[in-house]
Amino acid sequence: MAEPVLALEGLRKQFGGLVVTDQVTLSVAPGELHAVIGPNGAGKTTLINQISGVLPSDSGRILFAGHDITRLPPHERARRGLARTFQITSVLPAFSALENVAVAVQAHAGSSYRFVGDAAAEPALNGPALAALEEVGLAERADVPAGHLSHGEKRALELAMALVTEPKLLLLDEPMAGTGREETARLIAVLRRLKGRFAMMLVEHDMTAVFALADHISVLIYGRILLSGKPDEVREDPQVVAAYLGDEIEFER
Amino acid sequence: MTQAVGPVEAAPRTRRSRAAVALPLVLFAALALLPLVTAALSAGYMLDLFVRVMIFAIAALSVDLLIGYAALVTFGQAAFVGLGAYAVGMLGAHEITDLTIALPVALLASGLFALVTGLVCLRTKGVYFIMITLAFGQMAFFTASSLAPYGGDDGLTVHERSTLFGVAVLDRPVVFYYVVLAALLAVYLTCRTLIASRFGRVLRGAKDNALRMTTLGFQVYRFQLVAYVIAGMIAGLAGVLLANATEFVSPAYMSWQRSGELIIMVLLGGLGTLHGAVLGAIAFLLLEEWLATLTEHWKMIFGPLLVLVVVFVRGGLIGIGTALAGAVSRRLRRG
Repeated sequence: MAEPVLALEGLRKQFGGLVVTDQVTLSVAPGELHAVIGPNGAGKTTLINQISGVLPSDSGRILFAGHDITRLPPHERARRGLARTFQITSVLPAFSALENVAVAVQAHAGSSYRFVGDAAAEPALNGPALAALEEVGLAERADVPAGHLSHGEKRALELAMALVTEPKLLLLDEPMAGTGREETARLIAVLRRLKGRFAMMLVEHDMTAVFALADHISVLIYGRILLSGKPDEVREDPQVVAAYLGDEIEFER
Repeated sequence: MTQAVGPVEAAPRTRRSRAAVALPLVLFAALALLPLVTAALSAGYMLDLFVRVMIFAIAALSVDLLIGYAALVTFGQAAFVGLGAYAVGMLGAHEITDLTIALPVALLASGLFALVTGLVCLRTKGVYFIMITLAFGQMAFFTASSLAPYGGDDGLTVHERSTLFGVAVLDRPVVFYYVVLAALLAVYLTCRTLIASRFGRVLRGAKDNALRMTTLGFQVYRFQLVAYVIAGMIAGLAGVLLANATEFVSPAYMSWQRSGELIIMVLLGGLGTLHGAVLGAIAFLLLEEWLATLTEHWKMIFGPLLVLVVVFVRGGLIGIGTALAGAVSRRLRRG
């Protein structure tokens, strides 16, 4: 088996007396879409924050493409190909959609100490940015300030921003949260199209999306991995059904 | 519903960008023509006044660069102005008056001070940043006040204006005026270019959403530090000109009141527009001058007036202009 893109080894995080991430060990293979599900407060976002480096880990290791990144700052992890989207949409509201993605291109190109030349008119930045907007179906909205986009469009914009950094792994923190049924379907279609180009770790409540997309599912409860396996195994595991999925799974089938 | 946002949003953007081209052109054209007017009216004091105005406009531009484009509310910018002025004054005391030495020394000193203090200041955010820049500003102020060999509290006189390759070019008021105008224009264009560049885009992005920029892979801190050093050097340049204009250097140049005035100029003109800083400096100093001729209690009027403009007019004087232009064009369209 190929070396995993991401491997967590005994990762732990504690806020005061509360253990939020408890000895989490899992791995994500190249090109795989690994979903992490679990009830509210299970520590899913904390886990994403630890992986992306926004929160330091108390103990354990994070291996990214074979390198230990446990102590690296977030921007350093991003530079190595670890991209993320946020649970609460995080774009640059004053910038146009195109400029949002162009900034991401600039980040990836790694040459931002240029003090002359109109960045907004650079084909080297705008070209890839527009291509990424097209991929997520936002090309027509390129000139609209990101603050004026609909919620689903902001989600798509975040995806486009992640795409241009040519990530090895994309962390998706509840991309479907707060989007309508139609927009969810559109986002699922976009993610399905992107699947395989890079590994993704998807934290999501929307079970339709998870079972439509995931190659592998880990169930997180109270900061612990309850179970990790193929979607079918997870769907049928009595422990998972009892603890979390419940009726929803019956509904799925 | 969402489709309607596009075109509606596009209209104010184009109007604003048209104003962003026209207004600075008018401003600089007026400044360039001013000496002709003052010569015709034989009002030489006006020339001196506008030299002062333009020098503070340069310093205000450095403040706008930090506050308006990087959300770094600096309350110690006057320290850099003072450093530039002291470079001229102290070198002058040792009979080194040539700009080929004084200017690089001034820029280096203010840039270095910005680098060292910026390393500390930029680790803090929000109110803490304001307070720590204020603290460093006051530190420079008290250091200058205690510089006994260079006048201490009393400041020191600049016996002759800076020369260029030994030629006393700045002695003629009109020439000095145009040198200051050229410096202002150069600083304005430099800031414009900087903001539009890749570097400037990172600054603006970090102002908008710093966490997002960090997760994109930008080390925001470093970009802000570079901006802080550039702004410090611009303020240092203003100091060099100020020492030459007043032929005097004083610790008061560095006081926190001066830093506050620079912030007010920028807010008065319109934050984050650059030409707003220039307009704000003009309005601030002319208003101050005019009110002082009316009554000795002019500060009683000046203070509340500034507060009213800043509180009630979003976008400062430029905001008033844009709002008026909008109202007029709406009226025209309707009638």
